[in-house]
Amino acid sequence: MSADRGISRRAFAAGLMWLGVGGARARAQGFAGLGGEASGFAPVVPGKRFVFPGDFGAHPDFRIEWWYVTANLRDAGGAAYGAQWTLFRQAMAPGPQREGWANQQVWMGHAAVTSASVHRFSETFARGGVGQAGATAAPFEAWIDAWRMVAVPPLSNHAFAPLHLTAAGTDFEYALRLDAERPLVLQGVHGYSRKSERGQASYYYSQPYFTATGSIGLDGKTIAVSGPAWLDREWSSQPLAADQTGWDWFSLHLDGGDKVMLFRLRRKDGGHYFAGNWIGRDGQSIPLPSDAIEMTPLAFTDVAARRVPTQWRITVPARDLAIDCAPLNARSWMATAFAYWEGPIAFHGSHGGVGYLEMTGY
Amino acid sequence: MMRAVWVLAVLLSHWRRHPMQLATLLVGLIAATALWSGVQALNQQARASYDRAAALFGGVRTAMLIDPAHATFPQTAFVELRRAGWPVSPVLEDRVQVNGRSVRLLGIEPVTMPVEMASSSAIARNDLHAFVAPPGRTLVAPETLRDLGLTAGATPRVNDGAELPPLQAQPQLTPGVLIVDIGVAQRMLDQPGQISRLLVGKTGRSAHDLPDRVAGTTLQWVAPDSETDLARLTDSFHLNLTAFGLLSFLVGLFIVNSAIGLAFEQRLPTLRTLRACGVSARLLNAVVVIELVSIALFGGLVGLVGGYVIAAALLPDVAASLRGLYGAQLPGALSLQPQWWLAGIAMSVLGALAAASASLVRMARLPLLAAAQPYAWQQAQRRWLWRQGALAVAMLIAAVVILLVGDSLLAGFGVLAALLLSAALALPVLLDTVLRLGGKGTRAALPTWFWADSRQQLPGLSLALMALLLALAVNVGVGTMVQSFSATFVRWLDGRLAADVYVRAGNDKQAAEIRRWLAARSDVAAVLPGARTEVQIDGAPVEVMGVADHATYRDNWPLLHSVNNGWDRVHAGDAAFISEQLSRRLHLDVGSNLRIAAPGGEWPLAIVGIYADYGNPKGQVAVNVDALLQHFPDTPQTRFGLRVAPEHIAGVMAAMRAAFHLDARQLADQATVKTESKRIFNRTFAVTAALNAFTLGVAGVALLTSLLTLSGSRLPQLAPLWAIGMTRRTLAGIELLKTMAVALITALLALPLGLLVAWCLIAVVNVKAFGWRLPFQVFPMQLLELLGVAMLAALLATLLPILKLARIQPATLIKIFANER
Repeated sequence: MSADRGISRRAFAAGLMWLGVGGARARAQGFAGLGGEASGFAPVVPGKRFVFPGDFGAHPDFRIEWWYVTANLRDAGGAAYGAQWTLFRQAMAPGPQREGWANQQVWMGHAAVTSASVHRFSETFARGGVGQAGATAAPFEAWIDAWRMVAVPPLSNHAFAPLHLTAAGTDFEYALRLDAERPLVLQGVHGYSRKSERGQASYYYSQPYFTATGSIGLDGKTIAVSGPAWLDREWSSQPLAADQTGWDWFSLHLDGGDKVMLFRLRRKDGGHYFAGNWIGRDGQSIPLPSDAIEMTPLAFTDVAARRVPTQWRITVPARDLAIDCAPLNARSWMATAFAYWEGPIAFHGSHGGVGYLEMTGY
Repeated sequence: MMRAVWVLAVLLSHWRRHPMQLATLLVGLIAATALWSGVQALNQQARASYDRAAALFGGVRTAMLIDPAHATFPQTAFVELRRAGWPVSPVLEDRVQVNGRSVRLLGIEPVTMPVEMASSSAIARNDLHAFVAPPGRTLVAPETLRDLGLTAGATPRVNDGAELPPLQAQPQLTPGVLIVDIGVAQRMLDQPGQISRLLVGKTGRSAHDLPDRVAGTTLQWVAPDSETDLARLTDSFHLNLTAFGLLSFLVGLFIVNSAIGLAFEQRLPTLRTLRACGVSARLLNAVVVIELVSIALFGGLVGLVGGYVIAAALLPDVAASLRGLYGAQLPGALSLQPQWWLAGIAMSVLGALAAASASLVRMARLPLLAAAQPYAWQQAQRRWLWRQGALAVAMLIAAVVILLVGDSLLAGFGVLAALLLSAALALPVLLDTVLRLGGKGTRAALPTWFWADSRQQLPGLSLALMALLLALAVNVGVGTMVQSFSATFVRWLDGRLAADVYVRAGNDKQAAEIRRWLAARSDVAAVLPGARTEVQIDGAPVEVMGVADHATYRDNWPLLHSVNNGWDRVHAGDAAFISEQLSRRLHLDVGSNLRIAAPGGEWPLAIVGIYADYGNPKGQVAVNVDALLQHFPDTPQTRFGLRVAPEHIAGVMAAMRAAFHLDARQLADQATVKTESKRIFNRTFAVTAALNAFTLGVAGVALLTSLLTLSGSRLPQLAPLWAIGMTRRTLAGIELLKTMAVALITALLALPLGLLVAWCLIAVVNVKAFGWRLPFQVFPMQLLELLGVAMLAALLATLLPILKLARIQPATLIKIFANER
């Protein structure tokens, strides 16, 4: 179920489409659904045994892949911040990896820092084969330009920690250390994450238990920060759904230590598809039934000539969850090649806590 | 409303009765708009193509990193800088032969290309996948595709080697460039892992933050605007064009002015009648303005079409000049933006209103009943003349002040404008003085009348005569400049192209082979090695040229001035000659010192001479070739000149072509290079000359329309003479004599003015525009020729009204007495 988050990372594919990569072919396959399997790319099949550190690195035989980190941070005075670090990979063509500039991989990076008053972001693109961007398993490093996510030795293979994370734009920068004691969480069935309606799937694991410590640079000031962080690793060869107009996706760190991932897929016909996972303190990841989730926009923000719902009421009656979410900065707009809203949120109600919200298609 | 329509109908009926007048008015409007908009179209076209070129090659908007010591450097520098957070993008570029033509092969990396460039080029929106994935694409301007004789999809070979990816036409591209992916370029040019330069995107960092060594190389930061800033380099050229366009426009307005003046004169009775019938002055004025604007709109539209034709006709010359002077590539086909059309129409309407303003004002104040009072009018005109004379003196003073104070090209044109305006304003005063003096010298009745009547005629003619004066003066000025230029240029070429055969080997290895081969031949008198590299001085590119110490150069080098033992000092390696352009730009003179950043450290040079380097937009430093190679050890040593006795030239060249497969670009004899250079430089001023001719033609038309105007209104002056017994033929003869006399006086005044204009162009405008000054020369034959052309133009313009007068019906003359206003 949670594999549907894979679709939510469509930002990548759309961004590349802007560049002209993939182009009409990917879209046509989206319409064709199952029949339009991306021939030549490695298929996603059940029963894969995840091997670490091997699966930290890139899987170039698969069409798309990403390394995604969001962190909810606070400084010494209690002021809240958010940080986002994303590296996307897409193969333009299947087959053996070609050398040098002929290499078929294209990489895209997104990074952002958000405070109550500012939202700074940056994006960058790279071609594979020459070393400008890439991801190696051991020693682990994922990078594009000067943005890096790199293992701090000795790396724990079951927790995928500690990691060092850096990114900088022209008007922001951050450097964070990510620590975790608990093991990685394999999503779906042992990391095989099926998409219920179309039978599409991805390989997907997360580390929702990171603690980030480090500093953010904003307007010439360096701010020491710390807080919970969440990593997603996912790769797939599956085409994207064509009738989805966008999604609203939440990752929540509940004060009690539970982690919740929820999303709503908006379809062209006005219908919604809900899904989510409840990851308990014990590390168990339990899918939430579609009809168990309610998500209601409470308030909208006009940003970049769009009307975006930035305050939400979320209820999961079966889990006694009833919370009101508010953004740290309602103007967390990522005006990248493919624009979307992504920023830190805080919530109160039956549970208190912080999290991240991503909304696309507005 | 109906009333306005009726008034308009009445007014328009005038044109039906005088179609010739309407035609002149339209000719004026069309000529003015066409010349102005034609020049603007050329400028617009050129500027648009600079933007494109700059966008593609990263000259204007982005900084660049180059390796000053090598043509290429490893692409690991790209990765290293990217991973250090620098927004750089690699480019690999070289000239290649495709289908027997030399083109630039430009390898780019579209994914990292700075947005500033990608947005204005076709590549970002192009199908990236098709561009970078095998087999890739070769993007090319449609013109170049045609020049190469190829069609889209073709895969020609580069330097007879590897096959290019399929060609794809992209209208936005600069001609003469093939754009491929950087990986493809590395393969085509056999430069694996090498790049020519890095484009630097928007970044908060500057040259100081750059690491000392990147991938084992010391990279040099080239600030934006210093390398291929074509727009800046060519500004002077376009200012030149604009100035001439404006001049033509003004001369065209003279025609409009006299045509409207004539129409007004002839419509006076109608206007009076209309007013007497109860049409208010306001309504009448409004209708006249509406009529004028409608005519201006029509004339403007036709003029725009004419402007398009003129621009299309001149484009090849302009393109050739820009290519020859600045290396700027212009596409062969005009493409115009909507602003151009709007601006042209606006110019036409505003120009027509300005030209008609005097008539409009007079009409607004029109007394219902006014008698013709030519002589009284001339009396009033006298006061006006004094004022005009004072204004002329003021303009002259302004010209001198700008000359002394100004230091820019604009100031140069300011001097010219003030000078011409002053002369134009002074012309009626001078003519009046001359005619008064003529009148004093005579006692007989008819000559006295002749002089007096000529003076009385002046106000009506003065605008046309001013136009003639300006056109003629500018013609003399430009003609003198162009002649001076070509005389000097030929001498200069003889000095600079002293070797008999010029060779450029493909690489150092081939160069060495060629030299060994030449050494064994007895018919080659000397091999003169040459080498050149480029450095940055004060943020601008400067060529450093290595010259062999040989009698060939010692005897011929076009030194403007130097110290006595200049060549010996240069031979010692610590002194240099510099080009006039560089000397002017950096304010360096013989005795000054210059420091050049060489890979091994700074190279201090004493300046021992200044030489002419016409037509080179870059500054140049000439040093001893051995010293150059010592300071810049990586400079390619592929160029050299040969001294060969004239009878052996053909044989040596044929043998070299056969032995080393050198093409025309790599092997040329002096005569060919000279011819080519002269051809380019002759075309440099071809546009100016063409505009010049147009202007003179327009001035002739202005004179014609003025005379037509006068011939109608002057009948009351002539009728009494006829009545006292003079034949129409005599009258016509006197009229012809009078007009030719004023025209001659004007033309004679134009000659010294023209020489002054030439001096301004040579000593002020050229120096600012190009950085070099020509020796000023006067060509008397050319002056006589122009004088003849001017008189011929005046004669042609006079003939029509004179013939009309000679054949006028006696009844018409008699009517004058009945109808006199």
